Amino acid sequence: MSAPDVNIERRLRALMGPDAFVESNDDGIPTVAPRTTEACALVVETANHEGWQVRIAGSGTWNQETGPADLILSSSGLSEVEDVRAADLVATVQAGVDRDTLRTALADRGAWWPVDPPGFRRTVGSVVATATAGPLRSGFGSIRDHILGLTVVTADGRVVHSGGRVVKNVAGFDLTKLATGSFGAFGFITRVHLRLRAIPRADATLVATGERSTLVQHAQAILEAGLTPAALEVMSPAAGGSESWTLGVRLIGPDPSVNADRHALKAASALSWSEPAATDAAEFWRNALQHPMRHPIVLRVGAVITGLEHAIDLLAHHLDDECVSASVAVGAVRWSGTADPSRVQLLRHTAAQVEMPVTIERGPWSLQSELGHFGAYREGVSRLMGSLRDTFDPNRTFVVALGAET
Amino acid sequence: MAQMTIPKQTMQAVAAVVGDRWVRQSPSELDTYASDGLPTRRSRPGAVVLPGSREEVVELVRVLSHHQVPFVARGAGTGLSGGALADRNAVVVVLTRLNRILDIQPQNRLAVVEPGVVNVRLSEATAPHGLHYAPDPSSQTACTLGGNVAENAGGPHCLKYGVTSNHVLELEVVLSNGDVVTLGSRGGEPWGSDLVGLFVGSEGMFGIATRITVRLTPIPQAVETLLADFPTVRAAGEAVSAIIASGIVPGALEMMDQGCVAAVEASIYAAGYPTDAAAVLLAEVDGRDAESVAGEAREVEGILRHHGARSVRVATEAAERARLWQGRKKAFGALGRVSPNLVVQDAVVPRSVLPDILETIGDIGEKYGVTVTNVFHAGDGNLHPNINFDRSDEDEVERVEAASEAIMKACIDAGGSITGEHGVGIDKLRYMSLLFDSDTLSAMRAIRRVFDPQEIANPGKVVPIHACREWAAAASTRREGDPRSGDRALHVGA
Repeated sequence: MSAPDVNIERRLRALMGPDAFVESNDDGIPTVAPRTTEACALVVETANHEGWQVRIAGSGTWNQETGPADLILSSSGLSEVEDVRAADLVATVQAGVDRDTLRTALADRGAWWPVDPPGFRRTVGSVVATATAGPLRSGFGSIRDHILGLTVVTADGRVVHSGGRVVKNVAGFDLTKLATGSFGAFGFITRVHLRLRAIPRADATLVATGERSTLVQHAQAILEAGLTPAALEVMSPAAGGSESWTLGVRLIGPDPSVNADRHALKAASALSWSEPAATDAAEFWRNALQHPMRHPIVLRVGAVITGLEHAIDLLAHHLDDECVSASVAVGAVRWSGTADPSRVQLLRHTAAQVEMPVTIERGPWSLQSELGHFGAYREGVSRLMGSLRDTFDPNRTFVVALGAET
Repeated sequence: MAQMTIPKQTMQAVAAVVGDRWVRQSPSELDTYASDGLPTRRSRPGAVVLPGSREEVVELVRVLSHHQVPFVARGAGTGLSGGALADRNAVVVVLTRLNRILDIQPQNRLAVVEPGVVNVRLSEATAPHGLHYAPDPSSQTACTLGGNVAENAGGPHCLKYGVTSNHVLELEVVLSNGDVVTLGSRGGEPWGSDLVGLFVGSEGMFGIATRITVRLTPIPQAVETLLADFPTVRAAGEAVSAIIASGIVPGALEMMDQGCVAAVEASIYAAGYPTDAAAVLLAEVDGRDAESVAGEAREVEGILRHHGARSVRVATEAAERARLWQGRKKAFGALGRVSPNLVVQDAVVPRSVLPDILETIGDIGEKYGVTVTNVFHAGDGNLHPNINFDRSDEDEVERVEAASEAIMKACIDAGGSITGEHGVGIDKLRYMSLLFDSDTLSAMRAIRRVFDPQEIANPGKVVPIHACREWAAAASTRREGDPRSGDRALHVGA
């Protein structure tokens, strides 16, 4: 890395002209916010050529504290909702569009992107690059299931387009899947084609409280009854905003279907359910999603459905279980809190023995650089990951700590 | 007698792995594997080998890698893009003997299978648990799950439930050098980047999947199937868009045009479709609750009638629904009776342009003097234009090829893609440069070389190499020990 250098800022201004906004942040690191994919490509190509290291940034609300860099490449200039095709339920947006803007643009057309990531003012690019799905992953799938294609600028400044605007597409290898959830290691995402749904007609939330293991068992009973709610989330007291553990269920669909599922849910689980009004329900889920932002570290643990309790036990044993939210139907647990890297590493070791990946979704650079977002790979995967990274970014122009690539 | 293009020494080593009984080398035997579901291409492979276990697959691939002999993995051979074809320098590795369902975990909604398991067998095995494997290609009574993974197969019910990639959680993969790697995890969370998502649909060019963990889905307890007939194809296409926009997600939404209906009704698969209709739509609504499903079915019926359906038939009984579906699922078989050969094309367009593109396809058929019939996944915009022809008529074959190319170009121009579920294989190779620029194709090839540096796994498919530039050929120059590389984390394996 070069010393903080005003020349980089000056050169970026000269390079970009009116195609980008350039300024230096409080640390004196130049931030460049190009307005087009081509301008992004020019920045990255120049950085790669000059040996400048590039930190990727979205709105800055999720990973505020990231690694050292010679310049910050921000998606804030890529803020256009390019196209919403309501009849096709497809939209194309630039990566810097935040979810509030997107929600409004889609709602005007009767459409909806069924993705509820933790945090607030998240950009689409950030959500895609980190694959941070929320409770709706239980019913609608993970982030990858809602993306039809994207454009990335790779480390040598090439522009790669994958997928497209159609809802089914197997032409060529699926580069979209590689870019989704790779934290920008394989390129800077500039544009995303989204798969949408029509705005649901009915959206009901049911909440029950109790002991953790009781709620997990009831959630599993709900699944065994053949129900797959849009959200089926077991939350710790802090995460659920309650004095005890909470099971939050969201039913989405046409009215008769939601009504039927409500009855079936109550038949399958003899919990004492309450059903908050729509505004209270929205507040409940908003709080649950914003809670992780109070902590510097957010982890994601993957398990099978029957392994969820064990996953939470592992978290409680190695870290704590103060802020835990588990999407039961997909076996995904989100933890947030404060922890020494050595404890997180020990958790990873232990979890790996029982086939549970632990991903650092968010954390200070000291943690990211020491452990990597993914860290513990399975045998053989590290070679593939390292080779992929060497292929797309041999100079490590993008400052991303993925893990133990060899 | 063997063609002797694969060294004798290699074949001896191969036979030592699987036994002589499972090696095919005579021309008549090899001819069985000279084509798949794509009728326009034939290629006799150098040899065919049928390993009986994953250990044999691993050892076999090691032998072939050591001798630098290309190989092509093959399931049931029902693929429609020529993806399972091999030339005389390559060995076809047939995986149909690896046909065990290894584990079913109802509580975790997952199953673990070998690649040779036939698609429909898995759903049959999981049905007692109230679960099924949702992707249902039309060939599901024959095609294998390994082939489904390679092609990222779809099917009529993928409109609601997603394609193969939405249902694969974990893959045990033999890379082209014989290394065995497990991608993904049984819970679905990746170890690292989403290499499962990358592998699914890689058309056998990244390696061979020997163990597949899939997600299972509850079987809908209530199902209603509606058959609507329309006086124009345009009206049927507009009804499709209206249903999708209504917020109802049908289990399936399929369209057949008049030519297809006529072929079905003239066959043993006759389903009672109205033969005077310009198009029929088959819409299925499913869910847990009979009453709510009935409500959605009434709503769909209203939309269909509002958009000009002459009649709407609602089937609620299983036998009647099965009859309606039989006509759709066997449509390709019925069309196959019409002429000696049939090309089943595959392309995708935005749903809203369906009416226009169907007219364009009709015009293309007229221009080239070929008959194009359409049976397709309308809800996904996934077209299957079919062209009947006689392979012995060279002029007709040329016109079929030209019409196919024109259809592909029209779909690309309409904002679509050249394949929605059949894959690129060799059939669509020539269109890839129309869809992707050189940098994107180069990136695809570069990724392939990460998995298969020798490029011996199913060579010559998917990516037109002539269109690629070299990608990051220079050795890594990253700074050793640079903390920003983030490569210091401990490798713990699992």
